Amino acid sequence: MAALGSPLRTLRGLLRELRHTSGWAGRPYRDTPAYRHIIAAFRSNQVTSEKLCRAQQELHFQAATYLCLLRSVREHAALHQEYHGKGERSPEEVAGLVGFRLPQQPGGKG
Amino acid sequence: LWGRFLPTQFLRPHPAAAGSGPVGLGGGRAYAPPAERKRFYQNVSISQGEGGFEINLDHRKLKTPQGKLFTAPSEALAIAVATEWDSQKDTIKFYTMHLTTLCNTALDNPTQRNKTQLIRAAVKFLDTDTICYRVEEPPALAELQKNEWDPVVAWAEKRYNVAIGSSTSILGPTIPASTKQTFISHLASYNMWALQGIEYVITQLKSLILSLGLIDRHLTVEKAVLLSRLEEEYQIRRWGNVEWAHDYDLCELRARTAAGTLFVHLCSESSTVKHKLLQD
Repeated sequence: MAALGSPLRTLRGLLRELRHTSGWAGRPYRDTPAYRHIIAAFRSNQVTSEKLCRAQQELHFQAATYLCLLRSVREHAALHQEYHGKGERSPEEVAGLVGFRLPQQPGGKG
Repeated sequence: LWGRFLPTQFLRPHPAAAGSGPVGLGGGRAYAPPAERKRFYQNVSISQGEGGFEINLDHRKLKTPQGKLFTAPSEALAIAVATEWDSQKDTIKFYTMHLTTLCNTALDNPTQRNKTQLIRAAVKFLDTDTICYRVEEPPALAELQKNEWDPVVAWAEKRYNVAIGSSTSILGPTIPASTKQTFISHLASYNMWALQGIEYVITQLKSLILSLGLIDRHLTVEKAVLLSRLEEEYQIRRWGNVEWAHDYDLCELRARTAAGTLFVHLCSESSTVKHKLLQD
């Protein structure tokens, strides 16, 4: 069985990630289907530190996996924005890098 | 390959709104679908239809890249997909929406593979499974591989009652045919959607055994990714970390692996039963 840590910690992490992701439409994160689903699932299974119940373990593993997904996507997007977010240079800029200018073709390319 | 396909036509055709680079004068680039487009919807919600759970972007129903109606087999999966769409800010970053991509692949099956072909592709990885394919040099790395990977191989051998072993030969490990057959039979018990997910995870981690460790909840995503990248981690500890490359790749691999694993579990309702049967 994978070493998952405390379910409470996973839940707190999940709620924190949900708080990060929502808010574009101005809706509080508590209003989202994801939040409601996660709270309901944790509550109904009453995830405790008991190691015996298979359903609890499965749910906790799913929750931890989802937390990893949300966290990694957010971190990856942040890294992308910071290091790779500028996009490609236009042909004009590339030419300008080495001191050239592209020719003017008022009639369009032949 | 499929994961890179960017869905521009999921609602109605938008050939002009694609915003691609200049064509003709000063450009001449072939049409490249945009990696991002503006968020055009306010509300994301799910609803239950005949084929499964559907995603609504405002009043419009989400479609797959091939134009089919998007349906997810489970509510939890639909909610997770809806959350992906809802967390987009000003622009939609398709490359972060892994669950959506997985669902699209399952619905469209663009590579047009059937169950047997998928299973064959998955089990083929065993011949060059990362954790069976060992180095001899440097000794520190060989030792690390032994300490970290041997227990996982042992776990798989015990759990599935097979012989796998490991090898330092350049040809890789020799896997007995009976072992492959056992895994083929095991994978056949998963439905088509779950299999797409399993094959995806295997392709990401480059290891069938690590993927099974994940599916069987023996490893966490973080641990499985660490084991898959063991040599990289060793080199990083030796030579230093480069954030824009190493961390970037690490986060992306974690995200994809987590998405694939979650996808498999959410698509295989009978996984609990399977667990009990195999454990004996």
